[in-house]
Amino acid sequence: MSLSAPEAKPNGFLSGLPFRRPDGWTITALVVAGLVATPIAVVMASLFVPAGEVWRHLAATVLPGYVANTMMLMIGVGLGTLAIGVATAWLVTMCQFPGRALFEWALLLPLAVPTYAIAFTYGGLFEFAGPVQSALRDAFAWGRGDYWFPDIRSLGGAVLVMTVVLYPYVYLLARAAFLEQSVCVIEVSRTLGRSPWQSFVEVALPLARPAIAGGLALALMETLGDFGAVQYLAVSTFTTGIFRTWFGLGEPIAAAQLSAALMLFVLALILFERSSRGGRKFHHTSRRYRALPRYKLGGTTAAWGFLACFTPIFLGFLLPGGQLVAWTLETASTVVDADFLTLAANSVMLASATAVIAVAVALLLAYGHRLRPGPLMAGATRVSSMGYAIPGAVIAVGVLVPFAWLDNRLDAFMREAFGLSTGLILSGTLAALIFGYLVRFLAISFNTVEASLGKVTPTMDGSARTLGLGPGATLARVHMPIISGSLLTAALLVFVDVMKELPATMIMRPFNFNTLAVRAFELAEDEQLAESAPAALSIVAVGILPVILLSLAIARSRPGHWADKEAA
Amino acid sequence: MDALTLQGVCHAYNGVLAIDSIDLTVGEGKLVCLLGPSGCGKTTVLRVAAGLEAVQQGRVFIAESEVARPGASMPPEERGVGLVFQDYALFPHLTVAENVAFGLKGRPSVERLGTPKQMLDLVGLADLSERYPHTLSGGEQQRVALARALAPRPRLLLLDEPYTGLDIHLRNQVRDETLRVLRMAGISTMIVTHDPEEAMYMADHIAVMRAGRILQQGTPSELYNAPANAFIARFLSDVNAMHGTVEGGVVPSLFGSLDSNGVDEGARVDVLIRPEALSFSNDGGRPAIVAAVRPLGHTSIVTLIMADDGTELRARVLSIDSPAEGAQVMLTLDVRQSFVFPCAEPTSEE
Repeated sequence: MSLSAPEAKPNGFLSGLPFRRPDGWTITALVVAGLVATPIAVVMASLFVPAGEVWRHLAATVLPGYVANTMMLMIGVGLGTLAIGVATAWLVTMCQFPGRALFEWALLLPLAVPTYAIAFTYGGLFEFAGPVQSALRDAFAWGRGDYWFPDIRSLGGAVLVMTVVLYPYVYLLARAAFLEQSVCVIEVSRTLGRSPWQSFVEVALPLARPAIAGGLALALMETLGDFGAVQYLAVSTFTTGIFRTWFGLGEPIAAAQLSAALMLFVLALILFERSSRGGRKFHHTSRRYRALPRYKLGGTTAAWGFLACFTPIFLGFLLPGGQLVAWTLETASTVVDADFLTLAANSVMLASATAVIAVAVALLLAYGHRLRPGPLMAGATRVSSMGYAIPGAVIAVGVLVPFAWLDNRLDAFMREAFGLSTGLILSGTLAALIFGYLVRFLAISFNTVEASLGKVTPTMDGSARTLGLGPGATLARVHMPIISGSLLTAALLVFVDVMKELPATMIMRPFNFNTLAVRAFELAEDEQLAESAPAALSIVAVGILPVILLSLAIARSRPGHWADKEAA
Repeated sequence: MDALTLQGVCHAYNGVLAIDSIDLTVGEGKLVCLLGPSGCGKTTVLRVAAGLEAVQQGRVFIAESEVARPGASMPPEERGVGLVFQDYALFPHLTVAENVAFGLKGRPSVERLGTPKQMLDLVGLADLSERYPHTLSGGEQQRVALARALAPRPRLLLLDEPYTGLDIHLRNQVRDETLRVLRMAGISTMIVTHDPEEAMYMADHIAVMRAGRILQQGTPSELYNAPANAFIARFLSDVNAMHGTVEGGVVPSLFGSLDSNGVDEGARVDVLIRPEALSFSNDGGRPAIVAAVRPLGHTSIVTLIMADDGTELRARVLSIDSPAEGAQVMLTLDVRQSFVFPCAEPTSEE
């Protein structure tokens, strides 16, 4: 065995360039990054394909409406989630009032409700024949046309339903930021003459701004990616346009071009998030944490605080959840049959397969990044985890266009060479679907796995390696046992997201293949709301799992009791 | 007019008493140090004075007007008290100048515009006014925090362990600088510290705390020359600790009879002897062997074995006078630096 020079950490300029011979880890990461980037590249490349008549037609008729609706939706949901998320986060971290400890985690519950599910429950609740309007008519003896009632099937309705299920993103990050802030900073502000409220506005809020912007960006990405809610509520946006162009007009290139236009919105969002974080990172100048002295709210103020936290939970979880339960009780006996179980099995199968693969790939990437740090590896991992920002419909289009092209090429080749047609062997298969899910959800598993790998110190790697274990054996015998809990968490998060996923599944699923989410949406679109409830309720029930995980994390992160106060 | 008066102040966190019956006064323009080991409640006293904690018993006066009693507490923003935290707690989103100007809101514009510059000049940081806190060194951050606290011209300044975040070389320099600024501002100040040397160097008046109570207060020399109990004697300086018994109204020792300090006949006592109380002599004294010499610079610590009974003692002598290891010397005791206390419950604070 020959001795080679020990591999230096890439600290010089040259060693940082990709001239180094790429090894297995780097190549794997590059391949994964390439695969993940393909759908996005395809969509963006479509901008350079002349689409001719269809595109001109779209631009002249529907495009301005898509842009306007999408903008209004983002502004509405943005303002709504900001107001609710920041206010509730401040209340539960800084104030003491009845129910605070409960609200701290219960405010996350709306996360379990997919946007399409709340859209059609609200549709059912507030339509003309629904329970709310019927009750009003009975109570006041009104007839049709005697009164005005806001139409839930409107832009305003879409803003409402999305706001009450998406505000937890802002809440979660704002709360973490408020907790992270040293209380000393607030206390100094008090001794310099500011009231609690002024201290919040002038000190706590500016410090939390980057985190709040991050939460807002997540909520808005979900808004941009939503298809089911806007479709059901009859608000034309880019996602509904992509569907109409793909299925209705049968124009994949035009659909890809719409997707590219949607991507520009996503890009703008990412830039906004970067810039609000960027430039100046707020280093916390104070590292001392003491138990938060919460302001006690009394009397009416406490009642307002209670109401401010209860209302979003009621609107975003209790009301839609309750309605789904009521409908399920009504229809379960007829709806839950062998077909329903097949749907559930399909969903679970897809979600489990994706979860396992996503965690395995994430582990490969994160460990590879650890073993071979460098700009090439960093770039590859970053590309691999960008899919989460991309709407599901866009990814579906970006996956299917190249797969269909490959299928056609293969089919033509086989026909020419062997005289037999292979048809579509890639597109419209479960493999394509799972690939699409991976592109979208790899980021979730990667971020979770990478964060937990940080718990394994480099000296542990070193110890294992000097004790004779290779990189693979070190991963299996040291890292994986230590981070097994986080691997499960990552798998669970991906599992739940796949269960909830709607637009990509609708575009990419094999013929006659259904999942719970697709079936719930189809029934709801046919106005069979009560029949759609069991499937939707199952998805909500599964969606509560990550909420529980987050709640536990919140409980653990709670700062210590008074004994910490005199620690210094 | 006294800047701060605490009368019988008690405070408990979740039912656990953190400070108990604290009586303390900071006189006009005086610098008072609260000295004690960590966890003794000294920071709580400071927080009560600032209005960050309410009092459960007792009363607090600032400039002789009442600001807190059980059930009523003037909020910190109305007290006109400056506070510098141990870690400075600068606002990371504001520049140095904006930090210093933070407390001047609502003041006349002359003051709002002029004072920050004056204050930064005072602490010698005028050049850094546009920088952000994280770009400053620890010593600079401390000075910004001081300037920020002083800018609104508070009636009382509170400093919580102001030098512990700094390395040892910087600490002495920043301490002198802070003292200069405080003297120039002529402001009444209370400093919390666990470092006796720091307290004695800076304070006009020291209050030693332990387990939530003030054990003794007085000028630095009063405390040093007449510690009230063994804990304070041990806390203020290094000591040789021995046991003895009161016999015939005195405590017999190798160096003759020591004053019994009023302890009952026949009782066991702690005899504490400062290393600097022992010195070498050419006439008289007790014989001892030099076991080790550890030079500290201008003084040395000499470990001695007494020839009479093998007792090991440490003496602090000027390095130029230090003997060679193995030498035989005669040792005398300066009784002013040796103390006799009733044999207390085992002191655990070391």
